[in-house]
Amino acid sequence: MLELKNVTKTFGGLTAVEKVDFIVRKDSISGLIGPNGAGKTTIFNLITGIYKVTGGEIIFKGIPIQNLEPHRIAGMGITRTFQNIRLFKKLSVYDNILTACHRNAGYNLMESVLRLGRYKKEERNLRQDTEDLMEIMGLSKWRDHTAHSLPYGLQRRLEIARALAVKPELLLLDEPAAGMNPDETLQLMNLIREIRDRFKCTIFIIEHHMDLVMGICENIMVLNFGRKLIEGPPEMVQRDPQVIEAYLGEGAKLGA
Amino acid sequence: MDWFYIKGILILSGINLMAVLGLSLLTGFTGLFSFGHAGFMAIGAYTAATMGIKLGLPLIPSLLIGGLISGVISLFIGKLTLNLKGDYFCIATLGFGEAIRLILDNVQYFGGARGWPGIPLKIDLWNVAIINVVGILILINLINSRHGRNMIAVREEELAAKTIGIDTFKHKMISLFISAVYAGIAGGMVGYYTGFLQPKMFSMNKSTELTIIVIFGGIGSISGSVLGTLLLTALPEILRAFALWRLVAYGAAVIFIMISRPEGLMGGKEITLKGFIRLLNIRKRSGKAAEG
Repeated sequence: MLELKNVTKTFGGLTAVEKVDFIVRKDSISGLIGPNGAGKTTIFNLITGIYKVTGGEIIFKGIPIQNLEPHRIAGMGITRTFQNIRLFKKLSVYDNILTACHRNAGYNLMESVLRLGRYKKEERNLRQDTEDLMEIMGLSKWRDHTAHSLPYGLQRRLEIARALAVKPELLLLDEPAAGMNPDETLQLMNLIREIRDRFKCTIFIIEHHMDLVMGICENIMVLNFGRKLIEGPPEMVQRDPQVIEAYLGEGAKLGA
Repeated sequence: MDWFYIKGILILSGINLMAVLGLSLLTGFTGLFSFGHAGFMAIGAYTAATMGIKLGLPLIPSLLIGGLISGVISLFIGKLTLNLKGDYFCIATLGFGEAIRLILDNVQYFGGARGWPGIPLKIDLWNVAIINVVGILILINLINSRHGRNMIAVREEELAAKTIGIDTFKHKMISLFISAVYAGIAGGMVGYYTGFLQPKMFSMNKSTELTIIVIFGGIGSISGSVLGTLLLTALPEILRAFALWRLVAYGAAVIFIMISRPEGLMGGKEITLKGFIRLLNIRKRSGKAAEG
């Protein structure tokens, strides 16, 4: 579904990502791990068009997307969450999701100013979609709370809900479990699986919680100093001596 | 105080309000600061006056054409500057506003710096009120649509807005365009109210005044903009008793309110009919609770 081919990104003289190849298969949950500064978030920024690649290609459903604007890439069905949560802070939970539903309506500026034609019907649908999504994500209780007043775990959840409102085919999650305790992490794992099954979307995760990554990812890429160290299923990655040396550390007992 | 005087203040408020509404969309809802809106007012003012005097068009079409021309020019400015980040856009608009004023100072066709007298007086309380009501309704409808929500998303978190598929540049352009149309119409009304136009009327002071009103009323609130405009247009008149110290008192009043209510008068909230009814209900209930 998504294919990175020889992707390279340099900032001035610094090479952040170097010749990375990777394939995210449809309906899979894939993981991206590596030490801090390895270039994980940079890869997400390249996929979503926030950065332009220096070299190589990013192909989504057969179409090269590496030079498109971020909103176009989102329009094609790729969206994401951020490592440092980026919600519409002053808006309510409801408005955060409602705003993100905008692509499911097509009425134009004139119709919204004059409240004509499609406006009423489509707006009603948008509001229904929003209610449904809040219900599924367990956010209905916090409907009118402003986003920044929510506890951290719920803010993460809201950010995922907002991303789902775009009806993505590929959802990129950048450290969704950051700052969560083991219990919340477990809940999140279940949530991610549920999202994949219910929304039929492919998921690509950056995460440091090994329990989560090893628990739900089918395919994992390990990045170190901008280069791909290895990719493969969790069992293989955990045992790889290179990965243990660069990232996991000696004597790491994973998944135990 | 006689009615004629009060009416004058109300008309001036109405004219200011139109420009403030436009700026409120740009600054309050889209998060872009502009110090050049007097420039858009000037374009609207001179275009509308030309339409009326040289082409003999009636008031409303003249005002609309003034607004439109102002909007079209804003698209050029926007194309060039809206990719600039926050503060730089603000500086660019400042330069634009001053440039317009200086150009008009030197165009003899419009009377240059000496001004342009003899514009027919066609503005009264009624047409100002109607124009503003229409302006407010359009703005409310716009803000409660997907386009308005997208603009608010740009204000809140531009990067996140992009990743959920919002064309942020396009929405900034729409916001700037509408904002300039409003400012242009307001400018047109200035000419038809005072009967006289002079580039000096559209200096940076005017732009600053508009921005102050938007912030004073509360970012992201239309009712705040309305209240703010009424208060801040009337205030200098009420303060006439202070004579020389008038503008100092005005400044002090603004500073005092911004310190005591940094989020502005309305702080992003709106006065709505629903909210009013809810307030009454709460009053009633607490009254009953006290009785029981």
